[in-house]
Amino acid sequence: MAHNLILILPELVLFIGAMGLLLLGAYYKEAGAVGVMGEAAPHNTSNSRSINRIVSNSAIGLLVVASALTFLDARHSAPQAFNGAFIMDDFAVLFKVMIFLSTALALLMAQRFMAREKLERFEFPVLLLLAACGMGVMVSANNMIAAYMGLELQSLALYVVAAIKRDSLRATEAGLKYFVLGALSSGLLLYGMSLLYGLSGSVEFSAIASVFSTSSEGVLPVAQTVGLVFVMAGLAFKVSAVPFHMWTPDVYEGAPTPVTAFFAAAPKLAAMALFLRLITTAFPDAIAAWQQIFVFLAIAGMVLGSFAAIGQHNIKRLMAYSSIAHIGFALVGFAAATSAGISSVIFYMMLYLTMTLGTFACILAMRRGGVMLEQISDLAGLSRSRPFMAACLAVLMFSLAGIPPMAGFFGKLFVFRAAIEAELYALAIIGVLASVVGAFYYLRIIKIMYLDAAAGAETDDAAPTHDDLDDRSDVNEAMPRELAVIAGVFAGVSLFFFIYPAPLIELATLASDALMATGGAIK
Amino acid sequence: MNDWALLSTITFLPLLGALFILLIRGEEAVVAANARALALWTSLATLVLSIYMLLGFDPSDAGFQFTERVSWLGGSVDYAMGVDGISVLFVLLTTSLMPLCILASWHSVKHRVREYMLAFLVLETLMIGVFCAMDIVLFYLFFEGGLIPMFLIIGIWGGARRVYASFKFFLYTLLGSVLMLLAILYMIWQTGSGFIPDLHNAGFGADVQTWLWLAFFASFAVKMPMWPVHTWLPDAHVEAPTGGSVILAAILLKMGGYGFLRFSLPMFPIASDFFTPLVLTLSVIAIVYTSLVALAQEDVKKLIAYSSVAHMGFVTMGLFTGTMQGVQGGVFQMLSHGWISAALFLCVGVVYDRMHTREIAAYGGLVNRMPIYAAAFMLFTMANVGLPGTSGFVGEFLTIIGVFQISSWAAVFAASGVILAACYALSLYRRMIFGRIEQEGLQTINDVTIREIAILLPLAIATILFGVYPMPILDVTNASLTELLSHYHAALTQYHSGGH
Repeated sequence: MAHNLILILPELVLFIGAMGLLLLGAYYKEAGAVGVMGEAAPHNTSNSRSINRIVSNSAIGLLVVASALTFLDARHSAPQAFNGAFIMDDFAVLFKVMIFLSTALALLMAQRFMAREKLERFEFPVLLLLAACGMGVMVSANNMIAAYMGLELQSLALYVVAAIKRDSLRATEAGLKYFVLGALSSGLLLYGMSLLYGLSGSVEFSAIASVFSTSSEGVLPVAQTVGLVFVMAGLAFKVSAVPFHMWTPDVYEGAPTPVTAFFAAAPKLAAMALFLRLITTAFPDAIAAWQQIFVFLAIAGMVLGSFAAIGQHNIKRLMAYSSIAHIGFALVGFAAATSAGISSVIFYMMLYLTMTLGTFACILAMRRGGVMLEQISDLAGLSRSRPFMAACLAVLMFSLAGIPPMAGFFGKLFVFRAAIEAELYALAIIGVLASVVGAFYYLRIIKIMYLDAAAGAETDDAAPTHDDLDDRSDVNEAMPRELAVIAGVFAGVSLFFFIYPAPLIELATLASDALMATGGAIK
Repeated sequence: MNDWALLSTITFLPLLGALFILLIRGEEAVVAANARALALWTSLATLVLSIYMLLGFDPSDAGFQFTERVSWLGGSVDYAMGVDGISVLFVLLTTSLMPLCILASWHSVKHRVREYMLAFLVLETLMIGVFCAMDIVLFYLFFEGGLIPMFLIIGIWGGARRVYASFKFFLYTLLGSVLMLLAILYMIWQTGSGFIPDLHNAGFGADVQTWLWLAFFASFAVKMPMWPVHTWLPDAHVEAPTGGSVILAAILLKMGGYGFLRFSLPMFPIASDFFTPLVLTLSVIAIVYTSLVALAQEDVKKLIAYSSVAHMGFVTMGLFTGTMQGVQGGVFQMLSHGWISAALFLCVGVVYDRMHTREIAAYGGLVNRMPIYAAAFMLFTMANVGLPGTSGFVGEFLTIIGVFQISSWAAVFAASGVILAACYALSLYRRMIFGRIEQEGLQTINDVTIREIAILLPLAIATILFGVYPMPILDVTNASLTELLSHYHAALTQYHSGGH
């Protein structure tokens, strides 16, 4: 029993911590005689604000502690717990660390924003903690029950978080849409799982694998196929792979920006991790069946994400399509169905995480006179008024576009390498062409920041004074320090990654090896 | 010899300078002055180092020298640097033109001086890297990375239609290159190595070579640029600031030709031989068609841009002849066009800085006020036409000899291109320099300053020196090109005798 508890220690810490913080928050709210949540009485505002800040900071601390604890588990000799329901291998460690830390960063980025938008509530950090706990379970899940439990814990927390700005029509619409479509996808997933359970008589991934190995002549029976497809469709919803992406732009746009930043990072990682675990341990013998699904999902994601982003004016919506495209690129690695492909997906997601968080740190700093700006055109003149922020965003955009020597290039390099080695030439060609289309809209952002700012420079020799600049450019608030650090660090990682790429590549290989060790037939 | 990483030092020294430029603080004028000075000194130091490298270079050795190899991306892709007889002169061309570009931008770039110098130094690192890379992925990294600073140089400091031009430049080149990336990945998969000498000996099958050749051709043909994918070049040239035009014409275009020499010919000899008629046809069209287009231009930069496309036609023609004269001529033509086109754009920059117009009709009679300028412009115009005694002649002459051996028709058309070049270049010269001063603004125009003389003089010396005595260049390239061609013909012979 102790062995079991040690392995789930990070999740335990998060869960117990979340409960504790919930009690703390609720108690202080009661003590302050507040009615409905969030509507603090005027005289008590400072008190409730300080308690919110305490909850938020403790949540960040808990997440950091939890990710440190995962390292402790990494040295454990027997990685399985609860009769094999829960597995804590190197793969799980890597993804948990990324998920917990990106959740902590999202919380950190949210603090100032939430305070300014009068959204500061102690429930927000608690919900993120619960979501992180659920994602930890997803990453470590080794049977259908654990997977579904983790997924639902995560999803339910996220539905609430999406609508946390409950007075805003768009935010509540986003939350509702997310909930309805998310529930539908959970239903699909559950239906597929129940079919597979019926066929195999077990919920264990390894036992489900046997259902597929018995099929002869490479043709799957209908029941197996339906089960597989439903499970994959459910997960495709969660990673927002096309054609299951419809919720993404609306939720990204409607949710408060720090929430969007969180949505773009951690939940994507968790769903990808579960996807990876499923195909390597539950469906390794059904490669022929899921490979073509992934080829389709990858092509659809890359093409739709790239083309649809061109027409966007709202930067959050643009990032939604950008993330759809990036998931498409990552799915190319799945489609390869080789161990090189698996490690390229892990590698791609690591880089995607750094680029996304850096970009959202910049987006969060887009404010003018205390109001959040979301239009791409608001970035005009940024290279003059906020040179550091503009430089960070430019580097991140080039990286997202996959232009060497930025980090994003290496992500694409490895997934396409896997695709070529799997002889998926058409997929690779469509993919690189889509990346050229994608480069266009990333360049557009750079154009607005740098090229448009120089308008009239040809004739006008006198350098404008700083005051003029602040009037001319739309973003007129200085970048808060924590956002500047986050954006600077991640832009620096993207820019200088090429100097010493070995550590991340080795981590990805290590994680994929761990996954392969428990998995089966994939080369 | 190789105690310290000389090539890496040369490559990354400009980047180091760029980082220092970032650290400059203070008033805008002070920052600008310091950034200029720092950029100039960095580029000069790089030039000195590269001359030191050339002195230690052994021209009789056909292989790579000053090699470095460090594990990089894992697997089969390393950080590998080295130069051979083909690339060493391109490195030198880059390092020697860079100080001139920075000098040329001394006063003409007035806003965001720091960022401008930063972009140029980063660009220098990437361009030197292209010619030094001995690993194919590393090559791609430098090759594509150059798009970023060039995009910003055109887009921020360019003329009125700079946004259109910079997007067109970026997307055209990127589109060509991504297919090459897939070919590179395929080659690494098949051979298990990204090391260029390994790939030279890979010996891909004939069918595979065809596809790989086409993918590389997509990238290099856009970069050269060859007809019909040349249309980004006039736009980019016209809109770019003078320094940007110089780099574009003198070095970036050469990457395409260098790529053909480094990859297409030695790695895919069978496909190269198969596609030679295609390349010759496209080159002939480029020479004749763009020369005619150049005749009709009203914008002086556009005229020179079209003339560049025509001259690059000679290069591709020469490289794909498979003869020693043709290939030598192609390489010589690339180098010579490097400094001649640079000089022409710098000459245009001289009058542009004074008059702020590129229209040919806005000039006329410059010889009356600017005799030194008129003389310099005359020299470079003649060199561009290919007058004997200038370096332009040597390259075109060798190329046409080479082409004549495999297709007399192509040689005839190419020779007619020389005549057309004389038409547009001399007519440009007459309209701008001779005659009476008609325009009001030209009455008070001043002749070249000391700074401008210092920029043009080295180029003039190179034009005449290598025009009269081309042996120093031909000697350096000789061993490596001989090796390349013997390898090329051996592969062809083996293929044709192999029961085909």
